[in-house]
Amino acid sequence: MENKRFTISVFTENTIGLLHRVTTVFTRRKINIESLTVSETETQGVSRFTIVVNGAEDKVLQVSKQIEKQVEVLKCFFYEDEQVVYQELALYKMPTKAFARSEAVEDIIRESNARVLAIEPEFIVIEKTGREHETQALFEKLKPFGILSFVRSGRVAIAKPMKRLQTHLEELESISLFE
Amino acid sequence: METLVQEVMTKKKEAHVSQKLNVTGAEALILSLLAEGVDSIFGYPGGAIMPVYDALYDYQEQLKHYLVRHEQGAIHAAQGYARVQGRAGVALATSGPGATNLITGIADAMIDSTPVVCITGQVFRHLLGSDAFQEVDVISVSLPITKWNFQVTKAEEIPAAIAKAFYIAQSGRPGPVLIDITKNAQNERFDFEYQKCTKIRSYFPRRKVDANAIDAAVELINSAKKPFMLVGQGVTLSKAEEELKAFAEKSGIPVASTLLGLSAFSTKHPLYVGYLGMHGNYGPNIKTNECDVLIAVGMRFDDRVTGDLKSYAKQAKVIHVEIDPAEIDKNVKTTVAVVADAKEALVALTEKIEKKSYPEWLQEFADADRLEYEKVISKDFAPNTEKIKMAEVIKMLSDKTQGTSIIVTDVGQHQMTTTRYYQFTEKDSNITSGGAGTMGFCLPAAIGAKVGRPDRQVVAIIGDGGFQMTMQELGVIMQYGIAVKVIILNNNFLGMVRQWQQMFFDNRYSSVDMHNPDFIKLAEAFGIKAQKVEKREDLGSALDTMLDSPEAYFLEICVEKETNVFPMVPAGAGVGGIRLE
Repeated sequence: MENKRFTISVFTENTIGLLHRVTTVFTRRKINIESLTVSETETQGVSRFTIVVNGAEDKVLQVSKQIEKQVEVLKCFFYEDEQVVYQELALYKMPTKAFARSEAVEDIIRESNARVLAIEPEFIVIEKTGREHETQALFEKLKPFGILSFVRSGRVAIAKPMKRLQTHLEELESISLFE
Repeated sequence: METLVQEVMTKKKEAHVSQKLNVTGAEALILSLLAEGVDSIFGYPGGAIMPVYDALYDYQEQLKHYLVRHEQGAIHAAQGYARVQGRAGVALATSGPGATNLITGIADAMIDSTPVVCITGQVFRHLLGSDAFQEVDVISVSLPITKWNFQVTKAEEIPAAIAKAFYIAQSGRPGPVLIDITKNAQNERFDFEYQKCTKIRSYFPRRKVDANAIDAAVELINSAKKPFMLVGQGVTLSKAEEELKAFAEKSGIPVASTLLGLSAFSTKHPLYVGYLGMHGNYGPNIKTNECDVLIAVGMRFDDRVTGDLKSYAKQAKVIHVEIDPAEIDKNVKTTVAVVADAKEALVALTEKIEKKSYPEWLQEFADADRLEYEKVISKDFAPNTEKIKMAEVIKMLSDKTQGTSIIVTDVGQHQMTTTRYYQFTEKDSNITSGGAGTMGFCLPAAIGAKVGRPDRQVVAIIGDGGFQMTMQELGVIMQYGIAVKVIILNNNFLGMVRQWQQMFFDNRYSSVDMHNPDFIKLAEAFGIKAQKVEKREDLGSALDTMLDSPEAYFLEICVEKETNVFPMVPAGAGVGGIRLE
């Protein structure tokens, strides 16, 4: 089975150590995590892990079952890129003098729909949200002007299917026995 | 202010809600264990768990503590206890090395789905992360090998943590959990109240039987020409032995067992066709690749059962009855998955299947058995060597006990020989380290089994290698008068490794030769009656003496040095490639 990029969304209780539990599922199987982002969801106390991996679908299915098996994991889904709306964020730290010398940087920022977040005497911080190839393209454009530092976040993604987590959980509950 | 309902604690049935005001965390732990119906625990004291040991002092009548000689002994004993009792065993250890000494057993319990609750002491909360004396991050260390673990840093967290621990360990697919309790939490006082855990919102341990899946399975079963059933420990864990028998008898389908499934189905039953896997019987292995419908119940298609997956049961439609959804399609692709408890699924299936029989198909198994008997078994039993053979011992033991004893084994040739030749006829009788293959498991596990079932004969069968890994636990037998019967099958070799070296490493016997101590003197040093058997003619009476002994008994049986266990599916080969010699 060919490798594809998958976005795995894991809904969990917000407990200490769970990050470790989730990541060991990957490390044990020698699967590299491309990116990982954790945040609280619209439901208080429920966290969402967004994990991007490259892998064969059957392997990703197995991994997702192993994640869901963890006691404090509510539910785990995985998606191909077409099934999610996703975004990343990148920050670029540039020398202030790069702006003083040329209008080219300003043009690049405008064309790229990037924005300036902070201006300091020595450096300026530019922010760009987008997909990886977009933030990478801006990186390439800014490179000649001297990037002092660059950071890109992990992917955050919202699934296109309309079924809500709560509905999934209610369905699971209706087919489950607890004692 | 010592008040209130303490009486409730001793009456297990009423213990669903128990209360006591102003108790220490340590006492709360003991009260929580009592509320869970725990009567025996296995452990070893040390600095960070001392408040708990102090609290135990006041509850010696209700909660019997067995002082092991090494924490590995505690966890294996808890496993043995859990396996015969069908509920969680409890191991107690201090922080740091005490906790890390539990790790092997926790890993063993994880892969063999054994419910165990481990409680470890931890340094004071304010010292966490400071590299304090005997501080080990046991939560991280045990994380990949526990079903759940949790660090308690406040006394008030203890009742809920213990309630969750027992619920998680024992529900769904069972497994080990670990609760790490900082010393301050053991010392702090609070008003104790205990409520059993019956549900966790993120945890779905068991599915209702899906009627559609049952219908699909029934259709396959009813139209099968050569159906074949494989049963695993899931049957034992769900206490579904009777339901399995009812299903087998109505369906007429031949039943084979995995290593851990042994004793779930009587080996004397006419539908029992043998034991699966690398050293299993010939028939069940080759017939796996000839059946048309394969029904797997409560087993996980371990590689020691399947051999090479690329040539495993490719012709068959596979029905997998399994409680853990993550096992479905993990190793073998299923046609129909029934994600459910084995007992409930078997009841639902039995109701709908047609009554059938497959005399010709069963005859094929009988023919395979005859071949195996000629090529292997008759030779294993033949008294044609100078020294006794392992198989002779097991055959005699099986006959003398009529297959009714609890048999505990370690790992290696003696284990495969025992599980091949002991004719189990009673449920909950086979205790061995399956998935992990933990040498040193047997002696402490047998102690735990005897504590759990003092009414039954418990026989530990161990190789000379594995025995020396945990032989210090003879001290527990001595101290508490535990009437375990111990058989050492001594070939002065690490026999299974030697067999592999002979077969696959060109007879290069590297580090398998064992120079052993005088085992009899050793047993006697622990006050255990002991006898050494070297001659075939002495074997019968020695076994009788051992079995009749009301107290512990130790038998060293000197066996042939270089026998091999056959049949064998060589590692990497398919089940069809099973070798008889």
